[in-house]
Amino acid sequence: MENTRNIRIMQVEKRLTVSVPLMAWPVTCGFSSPADDYMDRPLDFNELLILNPASTFAVRVIGDSMIDAGIFPKDIAVIDRSVTAIDRHIILALLGGEFTIKRYRQKDGRVWLQPENPAYANILLTEDSEFEVWGVVTRSIRILL
Amino acid sequence: MTAPIALVDCNNFYASCELVFQPALRGKPVVVLSNNDGCVIARSNEAKALGIRMGEPWHICNARVDTQGVIVRSSNYTLYGDMSARVMQILADFTPDLEIYSIDEAFLDLTGFESHMEAHARALRKTVLQCTGIPASVGIAPTKTLAKLANRQAKKDPTSGGLAMLFTQEAQVDALARIELTDLWGIAGRLAERLIAVGIKTPLDLRNADAKFMRERFSVVMERMTLELQGTPCIALEDALPDKKSIMASRSFGRMVTEKRELEEAISTHTARAAEKMRRQHLATSRLVVFIHTNQFRPQDRQLFAEQTINLSVATADSGQLTTAALRALAAIFKTGHQYKKSGVMLLNLTPASRVQGTLFDCPDSPRTLARMKAIDALNKRYGRDTVSFATSGRKRGWMLRSEFISPRYTTNWDELLSV
Repeated sequence: MENTRNIRIMQVEKRLTVSVPLMAWPVTCGFSSPADDYMDRPLDFNELLILNPASTFAVRVIGDSMIDAGIFPKDIAVIDRSVTAIDRHIILALLGGEFTIKRYRQKDGRVWLQPENPAYANILLTEDSEFEVWGVVTRSIRILL
Repeated sequence: MTAPIALVDCNNFYASCELVFQPALRGKPVVVLSNNDGCVIARSNEAKALGIRMGEPWHICNARVDTQGVIVRSSNYTLYGDMSARVMQILADFTPDLEIYSIDEAFLDLTGFESHMEAHARALRKTVLQCTGIPASVGIAPTKTLAKLANRQAKKDPTSGGLAMLFTQEAQVDALARIELTDLWGIAGRLAERLIAVGIKTPLDLRNADAKFMRERFSVVMERMTLELQGTPCIALEDALPDKKSIMASRSFGRMVTEKRELEEAISTHTARAAEKMRRQHLATSRLVVFIHTNQFRPQDRQLFAEQTINLSVATADSGQLTTAALRALAAIFKTGHQYKKSGVMLLNLTPASRVQGTLFDCPDSPRTLARMKAIDALNKRYGRDTVSFATSGRKRGWMLRSEFISPRYTTNWDELLSV
């Protein structure tokens, strides 16, 4: 680009003639719809799923430890990081550097992660646990068809 | 007191974006490479501690993967762009006046928050970190130049908690005494040499210089910088980025390219990308420049740096028309027997698409064309880049960039979500 001496100007001409439409849009006559005054916005599913766009993330569920809470493998879990987790929230946690979705429990000075599937055991958290809340699960989306 | 200005700067932004979704990498030396995996453009703190420099060429430092356990990622601009937008959206909640300065920096006017500025700034940092996982540093001062300096101090001083304020003369002098001229915002090596030549050897010397003299001896820019260092604001916050004068799409090839066919694919791809960027800003172009060049760092090869400008009689935003023009330009400059390293397309003479004038023989883009472009852009936005593309841009694209170590597009592609 530095070498501007190489610039040559080449005029591109279109040799085809073009017809210019005199009227580009048909004009509608007649009566306006009686529903015009009652028009509303169609339902926006984003409103339903995303409360805080800047802090909302989507993850794909693969585990089955939360099926009794209605979160199944292949679901898309909606995570809101702006929510601060409290007792009974379902969270996306980081445990020992790995992601996991569990119910967050906090009671009588104890903190534990509770799966929602009888096949799994509670995980008691101690001061030594490498634990962190990544975000709070606010929705789970399942594609049925 | 003049309006307090904050500079918020995300720490190691690209590396931090990778860590949000790959927490197993925390505490490890992580580097992010430039386009085409050329050189290091971002480093985690651990990578900095190993002495890895910015700009270190990857082919020189890739041994560090084995010897020092360095983790490498190709740049994932899709992810970084999305994370940046989130950070900026949050910052906008903390000020009525936000200037997005770069992908990872923004200036904020904090007028009105003076009574609880520190608490406000700490809440801002905490919110950005909680909502996005990205750590940021905040510097606050009466001018942009000093805010930049305060930010640097917030980053360097581990006891600062990521926040530094420079409002008193003492604090400003103290901070300036600890840095070099080239650490100042807007002073590069050559300018520093010229300053030293007139006896301005340190940032403090510059602060003590006479602003009028700096204007006469250097430029109005230097005068402003001197005043800004003294605490007099001269560089206003810009609300919106000024309209672009040109739009460019260019890339280095993943390997040397010799075939015209491959160059045509690349030029078509660049044209489509530039045109899409242009339509997003509701602009149209009447001048297009195509350039191709060989690798100047291989002097043993035959060299060619060629460009070709094409003027269109009526400005257009139609990718089809632009591609035809770009390929014509390429045909005019392509020579066989060269190994091409880079190609690109620039769109100039940009005007608002709504104000394009036709000529006697040529119309502006027809409603049909505009509708077609809109549909293509919508499809590509919804289903991912290149869902719909012109056949001239090819499908195989053997020339595409190297990005061997790229992470998934966690936040923008349904097929690449984090699995948990």
